[in-house]
Amino acid sequence: MLVSQQQKLQDEIRALAARHGRTRAALVPILQDLQVRYASVSDFAMQVVADEVGIHPAEVYGVVSFYAFLHSQPSGRFQIRLCQTISCDLAGKARVARQLENELGIRFGETTPDGRFSLEWASCLGMCDQGPALLVNDRVYTRVSAEQVHRIIDDCRKVFGAHAAQAAHAAHA
Amino acid sequence: MQPTSSKKTPLTFDTIAPGQGLAAALKKSRADIIGEVSASNLRGRGGAGFPTGTKWNLAAAAQGQDGGAKYVVCNADEGEPGTFKDRVLLLEYTDLVFEGMTIAARAIGATKGILYLRGEYVYMRPHLDGVLAARRTAGQLGANILGTTGFTFDIDIRMGAGAYVCGEETALIESLEGHRGEPRNRPPFPVNTGFLGQPTVVNNVETLASVSAILAKGAAWFRAIGTEKSAGFKLFSVSGDCGAPGVYEFPLGITVAALLEKVGGTGAKAVQIGGASGVCVPASEFGRRIAFEDLATGGSIIVFGQGRDMLHVAKNFMEFFVEESCGQCTPCRAGNAKLLEGIEMLERGACSSAYLRELLNLCETMQLASKCGLGQSSPNAFVSIVTHFQDEILGRTAAAH
Repeated sequence: MLVSQQQKLQDEIRALAARHGRTRAALVPILQDLQVRYASVSDFAMQVVADEVGIHPAEVYGVVSFYAFLHSQPSGRFQIRLCQTISCDLAGKARVARQLENELGIRFGETTPDGRFSLEWASCLGMCDQGPALLVNDRVYTRVSAEQVHRIIDDCRKVFGAHAAQAAHAAHA
Repeated sequence: MQPTSSKKTPLTFDTIAPGQGLAAALKKSRADIIGEVSASNLRGRGGAGFPTGTKWNLAAAAQGQDGGAKYVVCNADEGEPGTFKDRVLLLEYTDLVFEGMTIAARAIGATKGILYLRGEYVYMRPHLDGVLAARRTAGQLGANILGTTGFTFDIDIRMGAGAYVCGEETALIESLEGHRGEPRNRPPFPVNTGFLGQPTVVNNVETLASVSAILAKGAAWFRAIGTEKSAGFKLFSVSGDCGAPGVYEFPLGITVAALLEKVGGTGAKAVQIGGASGVCVPASEFGRRIAFEDLATGGSIIVFGQGRDMLHVAKNFMEFFVEESCGQCTPCRAGNAKLLEGIEMLERGACSSAYLRELLNLCETMQLASKCGLGQSSPNAFVSIVTHFQDEILGRTAAAH
């Protein structure tokens, strides 16, 4: 990472710590904000967060590795999470899953080489009466069929650009 | 493709005007508020069924360290498979939930509230933040609430990050404190030593909305609904093989058969009551009642039609628990993995009945020795499916499914 980028990240983390508080209880909110902005929490970011909150970096890593929505490895700008739990399973999630893999050319647990899409399984999304359900970042899709998968991915591609994360967020608000 | 409302029946909550419960509560002394909740026999709607009045009493009596604050936490980490009634409450009855938190705060003397919202529900944030802002403007949150001198209380929202176990109250508190969501030993209970070591009440979303209704309409009204040991109405999240899946309200004590009739699920092969950690009830037992004294549930009802492969169901549940076990204690971490392995043997038709008995013994060990509710209840579905559908799962050939 370039020094200037490191400096920028460091400043950003300091601002987050100032906002959420420099206490252990603020750790998860700080990490969540970083996850949204950078689609992962890098080793360097964990080190800075640890300094800000006053704990050992290994403790930060312990937290990042525990939660499914925090990633220490780079993940896609668009995180697609398909519910794998029983009601969505009964509603036909297997075919949606296969089609997601076909359209993106990756398997579950992988990220496309261009860094746009990650494909993951999710535990129950609370949309059990309208399955199969999936999340794209913070947007929820219900009653998804295999033939709709293509359109969902296309929607994401359209908003992808220099400000993809913000654009995606604005479109969902 | 866009989510639609899940509400299938009118709810009692429709008849409760926001503000009514809080206004009634503020006319009472703290002890009388708790007395009213205790008299209603309200039990925790998350599924464990602990008496809410008792919990509040303990928290009210507890002394914070160094005169520190007390906390009210709303557990909106709705993660039990097949449960989505809290989603409806949070989106469509938001005020009743925040009002319940405010009433709880008044009762136990808390100054700070936290809504712990599961990460998967992050799309609700703008709505929830908006309601909180409106409540502050209306004087329902902040200093001297509704003119009650000295009653100061406000609510923050904290997001979960995709961990089912954080629905367990001590894991939730660990998460709030910035740790891995690993459950604590109990005692001490959160009512004495909760968030940041201070007395903390953790209540489910529906419990808190019910509190608003109880204060508005009175304990006697609430107690007259349901059964003696399971008072009141309850929301049910119904999914699976039925005509009209969605959120329903029924009095506690309803039989499985009566519920199936209402949701268009008659003729089902089996029903899972209580989500992945609940039990699988076969058709021969559809006369049983859904209530704390018989089939306890946080509201998850999953219907399985005649054609469903019950071993596939058991496998889905076990994959869930292997994924969601926090890994802290051995019975749960190793036990769930071992059970999943056993299910895969059954799938291949390679499991002897002697080994199946071993697995059932392991289930008992997990139920007894796991540290928290996750490991204690994760074998339930497997045990009930093996018990009721043994004929279907033993001696499989590749063509059987």
